[in-house]
Amino acid sequence: MSTEVALPILIPLLSGVVSLLFWRQRLVQRFVAVAGTGSLLVSGLWLLSSVSEHGILVMQMGNWQAPFGISLVADLLGAIMVVMTGIIGFAVALYSLATTGRGHEAFGYFPLMHLLLAGVAGAFLTGDIFNLYVWFEVMLVASFALLILGGEKAQMEGAIKYVTLNLLSSVIFLSAVGLLYGLVGTLNMADIAQRLGQVEGNGMVDVLAVMFMVAFGIKAAAFPLFFWLPASYHTPPVAVSALFAGLLTKVGVYALFRVFTLIFNQNPDYTHEILLWGAGVTMLSGVLGATAQFEFRRILSFHIVSQIGYMILGLALFTPLAIIGGVFYIVHHIIVKTNLFLVSGFVNRLCGSYELKRLGGLYRSHPWLAVLFLIPALSLAGVPPLSGFFAKFIVIRAGIETEAYGVTFIALLVGLLTLYSMIKIWAEVFWKAPPETRKDEPEVAPIGQRELWQMYLPIVGLALCTLFIGLYGQPIYALAEASAEQLLDPTRYIEAVMGRSTGVTP
Amino acid sequence: MEALFAAALGMLTFCGVYLLLRARTFPVILGLTLISHAVNLFLFGMGRLALEAPPIIGEGSRQADPLPQALVLTAIVIGFAMTAFVVVLSLRAAVELRNDHVDGVDPDEDWRP
Repeated sequence: MSTEVALPILIPLLSGVVSLLFWRQRLVQRFVAVAGTGSLLVSGLWLLSSVSEHGILVMQMGNWQAPFGISLVADLLGAIMVVMTGIIGFAVALYSLATTGRGHEAFGYFPLMHLLLAGVAGAFLTGDIFNLYVWFEVMLVASFALLILGGEKAQMEGAIKYVTLNLLSSVIFLSAVGLLYGLVGTLNMADIAQRLGQVEGNGMVDVLAVMFMVAFGIKAAAFPLFFWLPASYHTPPVAVSALFAGLLTKVGVYALFRVFTLIFNQNPDYTHEILLWGAGVTMLSGVLGATAQFEFRRILSFHIVSQIGYMILGLALFTPLAIIGGVFYIVHHIIVKTNLFLVSGFVNRLCGSYELKRLGGLYRSHPWLAVLFLIPALSLAGVPPLSGFFAKFIVIRAGIETEAYGVTFIALLVGLLTLYSMIKIWAEVFWKAPPETRKDEPEVAPIGQRELWQMYLPIVGLALCTLFIGLYGQPIYALAEASAEQLLDPTRYIEAVMGRSTGVTP
Repeated sequence: MEALFAAALGMLTFCGVYLLLRARTFPVILGLTLISHAVNLFLFGMGRLALEAPPIIGEGSRQADPLPQALVLTAIVIGFAMTAFVVVLSLRAAVELRNDHVDGVDPDEDWRP
């Protein structure tokens, strides 16, 4: 019996329920937030260690044997993603102790956060394609409510785009699931992979592949479907932005990885070629969009789009090295991007604005914060010896080995432009002299010592993770290598789910 | 029956897409609803259409596939929740932004401070 497979879903659900029960007790909610996400992280680590020890773990829900019941499957990629969910959840929970106001907490910030984490973890662990849809919706409905928390004007406008496009993507996803069921008569992903191999010479498979690509492409914010992201991510409270930036788009990327390695691997010349150019244009359009922006969080949002391109590039090249690069990139990106958003929130707390022209002089007043910004910023741009350098290095090397020079050139160029954007933020926020304060600006409240620590702690922790991956990347590389090996050999996944010997009784 | 079913599906999708491409929130919501109805029907059709066939083995000469029916039920419930949310969201947005354009700014309106 492998309970560790279900724990990462159950723990956030349970914490969500508990914080709902204590709706009015603010202290209990805050305590449950930290304890719940902390134990999510611990259970994720447990899952990862046991997956890397025993191989792919499967749990058949209600003891209905696959393909009749819903299977929860944890392979290495899923387990790694769950650990990342735990890290980000924990960091954001700590951070939101300081930044989420009483008003937001009264509207259920913490229960929603737990629900979102449950949805994300569920999407990483499910082995059933319809169940994946359900987890997506769990995650989406929590994210909708978090996005409009506070109910300001800008949030409403961003939320309408976000909600509409995501619902459209769900609709496409659902009809693709329907078609797939009509074609092979099963919903279990391992079983689908098995049976789809026997459906030959059927153009329907390519149609399905493209439908899934579009549906997950919208969720992952790939070109040309990314417009909802920069329109909405800069509007909610900063802890929510950080949570979204770290996890939500990566669920889309994860689903792409899962579907295009396990199910649609028959015709890579066609599907992965589309993915390849999609990745190239995604990188370029994201980074060019960022150069035109002068708002801290907007710049970061556009960079999410461009970084998504690198991950999809890793998948699209479809060589062992490229998949390793993709997985490594996801790990690096989740940590770095969340950290940048946390820093932006800190800056906003100090100066009361996200607009670059109204910020300045922070290097003089808070030199350590400047250093803490530089670590993830340079890592994002790919400066050695930080984590981003190795992530980019692996992907680009895979590109050169497969002689995809066009896309590789774009990847290199985008790295340079990312550096430009990060230097722009650095120069404007930290380096230049503080702007003249106007009379009509509201005075920023001074920060208490405790609040300061609650904000510094997650930022320092994530920066240490970045440094660790950069300076001692071997264990992460080995993990990514092992997970790429599993991804490129779908028979192992299929055997683990369908095989009689591993069917555990819960 | 298949032809009628397919025509209904096509019509729903057609109207849904048309409404979705409007720039006002209310038509967009209607469009989303129509499309999700179409998808629900489509899911149902994917279990193959059969008349007088209960989804229980042994009750008739033929059986209908029960699984798509379960899927449709789930999808309807989720779709209902989502629609309710979108309606409330767009009402709130219309109140806050003082117009119902999806961009939050009405291009036709003569804007004055």
